[in-house]
Amino acid sequence: MHPAPSIILFTTLSGLGFGMLAFLGLDGPAPRGWTAFWFFLIANALAVGGLLSSTFHLGHPERAMKAFTQWRSSWLSREAWLAVATLVSMGFYAIGLVFFDTRFSLLGIVGGLLAIATVIATSMIYTQMRTVPRWNHWSTPILFLAYAITGGALLTGRVALVQALLPLLLILQLFAWVDQDRREKADESNIGTATGLGPRGKVSAFEAPHTGENYLTKEMVFRVARKHTSVLKAAAVLFGIILPAVLLFLPFSHMFAALAVVLHLAGVLIQRWVFFAEARHVVSFYYGR
Amino acid sequence: MTSLPQHTEKSLGLVIDLDTCVGCHACVTACKGWNTENYGAPLADKDAYGANPVGSFLNRVHSYEVQPEQGPAQLFHMPKSCLHCADAPCVTVCPTGASYKRVEDGIVLVNESDCIGCGLCAWACPYGAREMDPEEQVMKKCTLCVDRIYNDNLPEEDRQPACVRTCPAGARHFGDLSDPESDVSKLVAERGGIDLMPEQGTSPVNQYLPPRPRDEAPEFDVLAPYLEPVAEEPTGFLGWLDRTLSKVS
Repeated sequence: MHPAPSIILFTTLSGLGFGMLAFLGLDGPAPRGWTAFWFFLIANALAVGGLLSSTFHLGHPERAMKAFTQWRSSWLSREAWLAVATLVSMGFYAIGLVFFDTRFSLLGIVGGLLAIATVIATSMIYTQMRTVPRWNHWSTPILFLAYAITGGALLTGRVALVQALLPLLLILQLFAWVDQDRREKADESNIGTATGLGPRGKVSAFEAPHTGENYLTKEMVFRVARKHTSVLKAAAVLFGIILPAVLLFLPFSHMFAALAVVLHLAGVLIQRWVFFAEARHVVSFYYGR
Repeated sequence: MTSLPQHTEKSLGLVIDLDTCVGCHACVTACKGWNTENYGAPLADKDAYGANPVGSFLNRVHSYEVQPEQGPAQLFHMPKSCLHCADAPCVTVCPTGASYKRVEDGIVLVNESDCIGCGLCAWACPYGAREMDPEEQVMKKCTLCVDRIYNDNLPEEDRQPACVRTCPAGARHFGDLSDPESDVSKLVAERGGIDLMPEQGTSPVNQYLPPRPRDEAPEFDVLAPYLEPVAEEPTGFLGWLDRTLSKVS
């Protein structure tokens, strides 16, 4: 799949932002006053920035409001609702903490759960694709959630928790990559089922419908990154998990913690790039790629 | 609404004969022509006379080589457009309700004024049947020429999809696949029509007729025993040349 920068930024930033909001809402004692102001500003900037970034991917962003109509069937529509519900409830919760030194704990719990649900809805947009065997599995929402929770814990300064979460994230990520390779190889679809000619012999693409590229080959038959994936996966684990862990196990300093946040963000961006670039869509079979 | 209908009154679709298609791309041209001049946003081309032309098409013809276990390779041409699936995954992913499947005839359509161009439906389709228009930035797909098949202003023989009407080989057929008595259903039953990628669970309406078995050379020729055996070794001048050159080399 084509790794569109707007979609990579969207899933990375909004994942971190909603992860932060989940901790701010669910896990008391919450910050108050100016401290709360800065925490909520960063969390909302990430969440809203990510959502805005996703609209750059649209052909007609001016019609984006229509995406709220199909929550019965569409995960994208559900995500839109959950994101708005999270931001509204956490907004009122933040007002209490920042201006009135009061924690509306019920509102925080509701907002925190909605933040987690938003991350799951985002991941379900990809998980539901039967056409992309690498994504079409329960490990996709777990992985998205694990990155959001780890990032949220890191950004809200829960050092001990992050020290426990990073090794778990490493195991989960490595399992997901190995399992994705296995699933893609084991998938039933191939050029034989795509053309229906499989029972007659070995099928290969003889001639494409046209000499150039088209929307389909650009969007779903993206191949540039696949040969570099092992290097990129190593970089994603190094920056996203190992280096932040090393920095956090050193004697605590704010410089190290800030550096850990930046490295983690870079690692997640690389991880998301691989998530899209490596995923093969079954339409590739029609193009013999 | 982007929920799929439980039942459609008809299942209009195409039957494509892989044995008959000669790969001339006339259906591609007819489709592009009709759907550029009629319903919906025109099918745009970008950089049409430049180095990297791209454009939206609702129908494209692929060609495949099949190497059987024995015998020479065979070549097949495969036109591919929207298969108007009964369980169309492109419809349910749509966040705006722009994509829908019609209850009256089962045609999958896009309401272009509701489309936000997110591209999710194209991701959900295993067949590559949907393409974003490079100019209008809305999703384009086969409409089964919905503006031809019910069009009373056209002569009756023209009330079928442009691709079917134009096919010079008779490789494309249009009709109601939910009616077992229709010509297309009979054709599918007779020739053993198949679904493309049935494992994707889309239940496509369009059917492909697999190629009939090719003629094979007979195991032996009844006249062969009566023919002069062909000399295995060269004789005469060629024989002398062969022997001499063999000694030298």
